[in-house]
Amino acid sequence: MRRWGSSPTTRPFAPGNAVSIVKIPPVLRSYTDGEREVSADGASVGDVLEGLAASHPDTRGQLFDEGGQLNRFVNVYLNDEDVRVLDGLQTAVGSDDTLVILPAMAGGSQTPAAAESAI
Amino acid sequence: MASGAEVIRRAKDEIREVDPREVRDLSSNGAANGAVLVDVREQHEFDESHIPGAVHVPRGHLESRIEGAAPDRSQRVVLYCASGNRSALAAHTLQQLLGYEHAESMEGGITLWKDRGYDVEVPRALTADQRQRYSRHLLIPEIGLEGQMKLLDAKVLLLGAGGLGSPVALYLAAAGVGTLGIVDDDDVDLTNLQRQIAHTNDRVGTPKVDSAEQSIADINPDVEVVKYKTRLDAENIMEIIDGYDVIVDGADNFPTRYLLNDASVRLRIPVVSASILGFDGQLSVFAPYEGPCYRCLYPTPPPAELAPSCGANGVLGVLPGTMGMLQATEVIKLIVGVGEPLVGRLLLYEALSETFTELKVKRDPECPICSRDPDSISDEEMGQFPDYEAFCAG
Repeated sequence: MRRWGSSPTTRPFAPGNAVSIVKIPPVLRSYTDGEREVSADGASVGDVLEGLAASHPDTRGQLFDEGGQLNRFVNVYLNDEDVRVLDGLQTAVGSDDTLVILPAMAGGSQTPAAAESAI
Repeated sequence: MASGAEVIRRAKDEIREVDPREVRDLSSNGAANGAVLVDVREQHEFDESHIPGAVHVPRGHLESRIEGAAPDRSQRVVLYCASGNRSALAAHTLQQLLGYEHAESMEGGITLWKDRGYDVEVPRALTADQRQRYSRHLLIPEIGLEGQMKLLDAKVLLLGAGGLGSPVALYLAAAGVGTLGIVDDDDVDLTNLQRQIAHTNDRVGTPKVDSAEQSIADINPDVEVVKYKTRLDAENIMEIIDGYDVIVDGADNFPTRYLLNDASVRLRIPVVSASILGFDGQLSVFAPYEGPCYRCLYPTPPPAELAPSCGANGVLGVLPGTMGMLQATEVIKLIVGVGEPLVGRLLLYEALSETFTELKVKRDPECPICSRDPDSISDEEMGQFPDYEAFCAG
């Protein structure tokens, strides 16, 4: 099994012109066969993510809400810029662009947890 | 051959001596007059006390350093020492050998100055041991004595003495951060020792705050450790974090992270935040009202299946060290006030590919917390987020 040990690979999931790199966060890699990066084509952020969801269907529910909008808990960056401050899913994507999918992580010190008492 | 006393007397004859009263009047508006007051005594004498506003140029370094203090040879330079002899000789040197036109010596030196009841400045200084301990900091111009003093005066709160908190605690202790608060209600467990380097085999089963305190004391006994063997919650957070200069967040759960964010925004305390999972880490500095807060970056936490903990999913033992070192670096930068803190930027670290990625994070003008006046944030809403009850029930 090469899930964690494999080198960063780009694997086009659609034949033809694979353009953008999509960086997959650790928590979503179980839905992308362990890949840390995948390639996708599409002219907009929405198209690229849709392509990802089509290729790896389990990612769809994590990326999009029922209305097809990006889930609020998922940040997507086009290169180093949050697409929320660009044009959201309509943001144009070029061939050298990288998309970063970024949910929050909370792992740390295993300490003062306060889930039930923080109310 | 003239005696030493005769040399001093002749020097005094050939220079102008001024009364301390004149110097006091001068020092109250010395800058306006363009005069420079120079203390020519040794370092330890200057450190003990000196006249406010005086520049220190020890007589032994007079020729090589005076131009740094008084570059204009036509400006008035008033020298003083302990009793007026060394400064007379120094003024004579400036006048005769270096061409200073108005080099003068204060009669009676700082002894007479003090006898008159005039103000002196008693600078804080490092002890001889501290000079040795922090010598490599003192050699860096960006830190130096002033920066080291800031570190010694600083109070840093660590949320957790675990994976991230351990290396941060040890390095900040070594760096001389004067007060380290540690919040942790856990005991040391054998599974911790793969990465939580503040703890040791023989302290398994003991409270982490005690274990960390021991490790800190072993490195630097000057550091005061304030232990909070408790869970951080809405009831105690304001009391615990108040008064700290910087908070280091390495909490392993979202409710604590949101709670900390809201409380730190209220109190305007910067938070150096990191999180780790597997081989990946994230780092940012949330400086209230200067840059985005945690909620600007993550308006809502992910659902439970996307929020695994290190306990459930594992973490490379070295990773909290890597991220903790970056946190400690940011803490020191914030305290000393050097460099560009990681405000408005999120750093992603991927150990397997050994890559760093930097993302921009902007303040959210609609942020439910930091878009508001801090005084308007109530106790009740701190730490809350959409679907909070469902999240916490899960």
